[in-house]
Amino acid sequence: MKKIILIAVVCCLQHFVHAQKFMTRSGQVSFFSSTAVENIEAINNEVACVFDATSGELVFIVPIKSFKFDRALMQEHFNENYLESDQFPKADFKGKIENAAAINYSKDGSTPVKAVGTMTMHGVSQAITVPGTLTLKNGSLTFKAVFKVKNKDYKIVIPSVATNKVAEVVEITVNSLLAPLKK
Amino acid sequence: MKIRIPKILFVIGSLLSAYPSFAQDDLTALLGDVKEKPSPVSATFKTTRIVNGHSIEGVAKGVMDIKISHRFGRLNQGAVDLFGLDNAYIRIGADYGLTDNITIGMGRSSVDKEYDGYAKVKLLKQKDHGGSPIAISYVVAMSLKAFRTPVGETFVLADRICYTHQVLFAKKVNKALSVQLTPTLVHYNLVDYSLYNNNLLAMGFGARMKVSNRATVNAEYYYVLNKWDNAQTPYTNNFSIGMDIETGGHVFQFMLTNTQAMTERNFIGQTTGQWGKGDIHLGFNLGRVFTVKQPKGFEGSRNSTY
Repeated sequence: MKKIILIAVVCCLQHFVHAQKFMTRSGQVSFFSSTAVENIEAINNEVACVFDATSGELVFIVPIKSFKFDRALMQEHFNENYLESDQFPKADFKGKIENAAAINYSKDGSTPVKAVGTMTMHGVSQAITVPGTLTLKNGSLTFKAVFKVKNKDYKIVIPSVATNKVAEVVEITVNSLLAPLKK
Repeated sequence: MKIRIPKILFVIGSLLSAYPSFAQDDLTALLGDVKEKPSPVSATFKTTRIVNGHSIEGVAKGVMDIKISHRFGRLNQGAVDLFGLDNAYIRIGADYGLTDNITIGMGRSSVDKEYDGYAKVKLLKQKDHGGSPIAISYVVAMSLKAFRTPVGETFVLADRICYTHQVLFAKKVNKALSVQLTPTLVHYNLVDYSLYNNNLLAMGFGARMKVSNRATVNAEYYYVLNKWDNAQTPYTNNFSIGMDIETGGHVFQFMLTNTQAMTERNFIGQTTGQWGKGDIHLGFNLGRVFTVKQPKGFEGSRNSTY
C-alpha cells in the first residue's frame, strides 16, 4: 500500500515539475537605437511566447505591427520602409534553453540561462545565442534578456539620409512574464 | 486487505505520467495564429495631399505637419520669366491631429489673399485580414478671400466665402499602388455672373505608385461636371502629376499642374490652364512633422533627440 502511494505521489510530482508549459500572449519586447542625433525606443506588448519546461524548448512570436513608437511617423516608416511588415508581419525565435535542467522549479529564484536557436526577421533567419535570466516567482516565469542585432544581418537597409538617426546595431530587450499553461 | 498490483503497471504508469517532449512546431501550434485580427492599413499615401487635393491620410494625434507650398508661373512664359519661376504663389499651412481620426488644418495662400481651414474625419478605415476593403473620409473646408476691395465695388464678408465638401474613398491596392475617388461639392457664396451656378460638382481621381520605399509617383484629376461657361478663358479640369520623396520627418512633393491655386474652391472650380498649350506650373509642397503633444505610454522611455 505504501508503495502505491509513493508511486502515485512521484507520478503527480512528475506532472507538476516536468510536464509544465508556460505561456503568454502579452510579453514585452522592445528595441533601442542610439545615435549621436537621436535615441529611439519602441515597445511591443503583444509578444507571444511559450516555454516547455520538460524539453527546454522556447518559442517567441513578435507581431511587427505591434511595436509602438512615440512618434507616429517613425512607426509608419518602421513598418513601411524598414521591416516591411505587410510582407513580413512576424519575427520569431525558435530554440532551446540550453541549461533548462539547471532550473529549480520547486522554489522562487533566478537562474542565468542561455537561449540558443534561430531568429527570423524581415524574411531572414539567423542562428543566435542569447544570454538572459529566468526568474520563477509564485509559479510564473519571467524571461529577461538584452542582446544586440545588426540591421544588416536581417537585410534591413538604412538609407544614407537616416544613417545618423538610426543605429546600425540596435539593442533588443526581452521582458516577458509567462504563466503556467493550464490543461 | 492487501492489493497486489503487477510491477509492470507501475512502470507503465510512470511512463505515461511523463509527457512526451514537444517539438517546437507543436509549441508554435500551441500559440496559434498570433494577431491575425484586422488591423488598419497604414501609409495609403505619403502625406495629407495627393498633389493639390486631399488624400485619405490625416496626421496622428498630437502631431503638427507644417506645409510650405509653392506654385510657380507657367512654363510657357518662356525664358524671360525663367519658365515661370519668377512668378511664384505660396501657401503656408499647418495640419494638426486632434485625434487619430480627426485632422484639422489651416493655411493662407497668396492667391486672392485667401485664408482656408478644413477638418478631415476618418469614417471608415481600410483593414487587412478580412476588414473593410476601403477607407472613407470626409473633408469639409472653408475659405475666405481677403483681398482688398477694388475701388467702386462692394464685397460683404459672406461674398468672400466658399465651402467645399468631399467624401474620400481610398484603397491601398497593394504595397505600391493606392487609388482614391473623391466626389466633391464646391459652394461659392458669390459667383462672377448670375448664370454661373453657385454649386459645382466634381469627381476627383487620385493615384500613387511607389517607385521605391521612399519615393512615389502621383497623379490627380478633378473632373467638374457642371463647369462654368466662359468663352474668353474657358475653365478646365485640374490635372496634376507629382512625385513624393520622403526623408524621415520631411515629405517633399514636386508637381506639374495646370493651376497655380492651392485651395479646393480655386483649383477644382477655377482652373483655366491648358496642358496642351503649355499652361503648366511647376510647384512643390514641403511638409515637416513636429510632435506637439507627446503620446501617453512612453513615460520613462529612452526616446530623445539631441
